[in-house]
Amino acid sequence: MRITSPAFKENARLALADPQLQQALGNVRSGFIDKRETAVDALPEFEALRDSARAIKDHALQNLDLYLEAYEAKVLASGGHVHWAETAEDARNIILGICRSAGARTVTKGKSMITEEIALNEFLEENGIRPVETDLVEYIIQLRREHPSHIIAPAVHVTQAQVEADFRRVHDHLPVARDLSEPEALLGEARRVLRSKYFEADVGITGANFLVAETGSSVIVTNEGNGDLTQILGKVHVVVASIEKIVPTLEDTAQILRVLARSATGQDMSVYTTVSTGPRRWGDPDGPAEYHVVIIDNGRSAMLGSDFQDMLRCIRCGACMNHCPVYHAVGGHAYGWVYPGPMGAVLTPSLVGVDKAGHLPNASTFCGRCESVCPMKIPLPRMMRHWREREFERALNPAAARYGLKAWAFLARRPALYQAVTATGMRLLSLLGGRKRRLSWLPLGGSWTKHREFPAPEGSTFLRQMKARARP
Amino acid sequence: MTSKDPEAPPRVGLFVTCLVDLFRPTVGFAAIKLLEDAGCTVEVPLAQTCCGQPAYNSGDRKDARAIAENAISVFEDFDYVVAPSGSCAGMLKRHYPGLFSGDPDWQARAGAFAGKVHELVSFLSDIRGVRAVTARHEATVTYHDSCSGLRELGIRSQPRSLLASVEGLELVELEDADVCCGFGGTFCVKYPDISNAILDAKTGCVEASGAGTLLAGDLGCLMNMAGKLKRQRSRVEVRHVAEVLAGMTDGPPIGGR
Ligand code: SF4
Repeated sequence: MRITSPAFKENARLALADPQLQQALGNVRSGFIDKRETAVDALPEFEALRDSARAIKDHALQNLDLYLEAYEAKVLASGGHVHWAETAEDARNIILGICRSAGARTVTKGKSMITEEIALNEFLEENGIRPVETDLVEYIIQLRREHPSHIIAPAVHVTQAQVEADFRRVHDHLPVARDLSEPEALLGEARRVLRSKYFEADVGITGANFLVAETGSSVIVTNEGNGDLTQILGKVHVVVASIEKIVPTLEDTAQILRVLARSATGQDMSVYTTVSTGPRRWGDPDGPAEYHVVIIDNGRSAMLGSDFQDMLRCIRCGACMNHCPVYHAVGGHAYGWVYPGPMGAVLTPSLVGVDKAGHLPNASTFCGRCESVCPMKIPLPRMMRHWREREFERALNPAAARYGLKAWAFLARRPALYQAVTATGMRLLSLLGGRKRRLSWLPLGGSWTKHREFPAPEGSTFLRQMKARARP
Repeated sequence: MTSKDPEAPPRVGLFVTCLVDLFRPTVGFAAIKLLEDAGCTVEVPLAQTCCGQPAYNSGDRKDARAIAENAISVFEDFDYVVAPSGSCAGMLKRHYPGLFSGDPDWQARAGAFAGKVHELVSFLSDIRGVRAVTARHEATVTYHDSCSGLRELGIRSQPRSLLASVEGLELVELEDADVCCGFGGTFCVKYPDISNAILDAKTGCVEASGAGTLLAGDLGCLMNMAGKLKRQRSRVEVRHVAEVLAGMTDGPPIGGR
């Protein structure tokens, strides 16, 4: 997927000026927040569960090599295959190889962010294989030839009217006069269209919410059950997951599941939690003939032991973006790559480089709401600040900002000089403020006065007045 | 220099914050009055400047640390260090120690210093046990929870309960009071359009509250919100919560009327 993160400002400007997007974003501002709050309030032990979820992931990350090897051994023992991919390109080629040897022309896909990260759909299409998204919302995104704008609600930027128009355009074999005014009608139509695709597909590709070392299982949660169909109806099931999805035991999985859905959608549990272990065994009523797991690094192992390791605890619940004022204002596409919102502001620079994604960790007010709701207690603002430090060290931020900051810091370290300079400046500004006590325009302050008045200072600074008082 | 006698009034160093120093000295005088009424001896060291957040949040750790060294040296001998800002108090209390990681001597000093730091209103209520103030303010007011104070220092009930003791004051709750106003320090000038969208939602809630006065505990947020309200020709007056608690509301509000 093309990275437009360097154009974040322009993306944001367009997003702010898009009335349909702004209407759609209203749903994020209200729905998710209230639902999460209700679910969390109903569970007195929620805070304790957050701590234990964090501890589980921290432990897994500290022993990642160990658990990955244990997991691999279990998958092999259950008759599955494990493939290690260092880069996105490696992963794409491995997956293409599996599809080719299965003779696949169509593959069905369950919702997965990692396949977005490695731009799998585009790659399969280029190679003559048709990927079909089976998650309703991913299906909508695919019809629109867009990318997800949210990690759990990929089409949160689309209005219902837009979906109806897309269905009428693409499902042109259906009667024109049909009624699609209700969400249920749209859902029903998508179901019927998708159902047939499951049976055409030779390979089913899913992501994984967890890889369980103890049993060699992969676990996915969905609300539509499409994941189940994707993985049992194809001849071959391919699980695509990044290294940090590993957890030691099924018990650990259950523990983290208790915070996942509550944080994401306010449900106690997602509707379907599907555990798959190896291919179909003798006596199983269904299941794939082949079971493959593609485990992807793509930059994550470099985060281990760095200031950004904590980010690998992320379980992709989306709570941080649901509570982010910047995300609410501009939506997910403005961030310019796969992962939006606060988690994207930390993860994207880690995976594609801060030189490309530098705007993301800067475009935050550090209000801290993301960290306060993150079920894994990831210190998102702190890590965004670490990215700003990296930028500053490498002099990647604008020169004017750097010099301005340096000049100010020079003064701030010299109290007497600072007070002399600021006292004069404030007196002047105060005069300019006039009787109204505000300025509508400020030299060098256009970014402020573009949208707001600048309140004038009272006059003499506080420290000046204190100094005058101290004199006998 | 620390007072030894447990009965003696605590010596409080007022960290006035750069914005209050430069733009709104009234808040500094209000803080002195409130602290003295709460039985403290207040001193204002003249060698103070800023807490260093502009450098720290721009990734300039070196300057942030140099500024922190100055603040610690100037204030570490007081019994308490009090700031009329959740954001600056949060910086001194929660972030200073981390600036000195790898330097045990300074880290210990920063840690001991951090233990003495408090935001003004929560200090009055949680440390000094102030339950009521003697002030009058005939107005319907609403209160915005600034982010750092709320999330880093847990300031929420303290300003509301002290405001309830102000004669003539009626407090109405602001919808989304705990949502950011869009200020974010340098954020508001680096990303003015996004900041404005967040701010616009905030001032919409302020107008919808029906209050005639908007209060908060951080001058940065207050200047941001006042600037927008005045641009929108709103009649809402904006003040720092300390001004109202100290009964110092004779002067013009932030950004004028
Ligand atoms: S960073 Fe936290 S809140 Fe955001 S998606 Fe990851 S786990 Fe959820």
